[in-house]
Amino acid sequence: MSDKIATRVAYGQALAEIGGNENIIVLDADLSGSTKTDSFKKKYPERHFNMGIAESNMMAVAAGLASCGKTVFASTFAMFAAGRAFDQIRNSIGYPHLNVKIGATHAGITVGEDGASHQAIEDIALMRSIPGMTVVSPADAVSANALVKLAAEMYGPVYLRLGRLDVPVVYDAGTKFEIGKGITLKDGKDVTIIANGFMVHKALEAAEKLEAEGISARVIDIHTIKPIDTELIIKAASETGAIVTCEEHNVVGGLGSAVAEVLVKNRPVPVEMVGVEDKFGKSGKPAHLVEMYGLTAENIIEKTKKVLDRK
Amino acid sequence: MDAMVKSQLKRISTQIRKDIITAVSSAGSGHPGGSLSVADILTYLYFKEMNIDPQHPKNPDRDRLVLSKGHCTPGLYATLANRGFFPVEDLKTFRQADSYLEGHPNMDKVPGVDMSTGSLGQGISAAVGMALAGKVDRKDYRVFAILGDGELQEGEVWEAAMAAAHYNLDNLTAFVDYNGLQIDGKITDVMNPEPIADKFRSFGWNAIAINGHDFDEIEKAVEQAKSFKGKPTVIVARTVKGKGVSFMENLASWHGSAPKKEQAEQALKELDDYLAGL
Repeated sequence: MSDKIATRVAYGQALAEIGGNENIIVLDADLSGSTKTDSFKKKYPERHFNMGIAESNMMAVAAGLASCGKTVFASTFAMFAAGRAFDQIRNSIGYPHLNVKIGATHAGITVGEDGASHQAIEDIALMRSIPGMTVVSPADAVSANALVKLAAEMYGPVYLRLGRLDVPVVYDAGTKFEIGKGITLKDGKDVTIIANGFMVHKALEAAEKLEAEGISARVIDIHTIKPIDTELIIKAASETGAIVTCEEHNVVGGLGSAVAEVLVKNRPVPVEMVGVEDKFGKSGKPAHLVEMYGLTAENIIEKTKKVLDRK
Repeated sequence: MDAMVKSQLKRISTQIRKDIITAVSSAGSGHPGGSLSVADILTYLYFKEMNIDPQHPKNPDRDRLVLSKGHCTPGLYATLANRGFFPVEDLKTFRQADSYLEGHPNMDKVPGVDMSTGSLGQGISAAVGMALAGKVDRKDYRVFAILGDGELQEGEVWEAAMAAAHYNLDNLTAFVDYNGLQIDGKITDVMNPEPIADKFRSFGWNAIAINGHDFDEIEKAVEQAKSFKGKPTVIVARTVKGKGVSFMENLASWHGSAPKKEQAEQALKELDDYLAGL
């Protein structure tokens, strides 16, 4: 876990790796150096189109391209994809279920210094409310690379949530992933910590510390928020009896909510949520913001103890 | 245009107008005004111009049409039905819960619909995407888009206009159904989009102004658009909202309301009388 790579870098590399497929078109909105689609552009300039600072148009252009049989990756910051272009994603991509992959980088507060206007903490809530939309939030570069490729192979709209910040690599190279299937990274019997994005790394850190205190915590990476791995979540609830969710997103409408929806309908157990507590982000160094907003192993440990008290 | 061909197109567009009335009055809701105003343009494109095959509505090499002013499904559906994409009889199920004829175009359910639209401004962007795909694939199909004049108030239209010119999409032709009215009244009173042709020109388009009810002018403009290289073309077509039904013409109130039974009967009679005189 020594390497640190941003998932957006893995996105750009994956696009460049699969770009030999002539059916793939990549769109960007004046951010190709930041979203890393420039990696694709270098190899396949004839299939990379800059749509300028016009995200709404870009999403519906993507829909038109997809209607002609193209696999389209449309890239911009998560805020301007899920936020600004929600109507286009909903009506032009989601409603006709077109083959557009939304490469949404710079999600969450780890955007850092740019501040709240650029820190999407609502995007998962927005995207998972669209019927038929697949929503993916990879933990690290290895899983991001694999999940981007899997998204390209499947038919239909996919929202890929990617980060700006360099984050620790959690998975071994060559790990097999499946969209819609969570991964148990550590077994445990007292409680299950369910995370995604860079919070998977924090969850593992918390679980290690809990182990030292005699608390056996299972850690699951739910990289696909939709369709969610209902079976794995119910099993964890049945076997450990308590759940803590961890996400770099508002605690309203994100992973925590999605997990809670599964639990209340199938296997109600106490749940605590670690995430952005229904407030906007702010400017600052990502590491500082992570502390300020409680996206830490310490907070996960605290919430775990709280949920254990409620068992 | 050959007199016989023109006479035939007039017959077809009048039949389409009748079917618009039938669809909207059967549903008890819908958008007759803008459907009637765009009926001649749709007729020309689907019956004279476009390379399409109702037996193979998804043929990848076909010409495409995006109804960006998606609320005018009565016009589009009546045209597609008369062109043989689905039974004309089905127009009577328009907007019903057990029908495939959704209130706004649905490309998955309705044969011949090339893009799902309804949220204004998005169809023209999708048409840009289709034209871009045609360029990437070096295919010679053409893409048509139909915009409302009120729709030009959507900022996305101008994002799309900029992109179409930037990528030299001369395989794209947009029509503006310039009937001058939108739900709340005159476009010039609500939010003035004029001068329309000049705006498109300044965005890098070839622009042509015509009478959108004159088949000779429609043909001439479409032919000019096809031969114009390096730029997309917009055809700003002056039309009459509610065209062909005396009590609907030039009234914003018929934008989105259905005729009552007696009104529908009168409208059909007027159109029948016109048909008999052709």
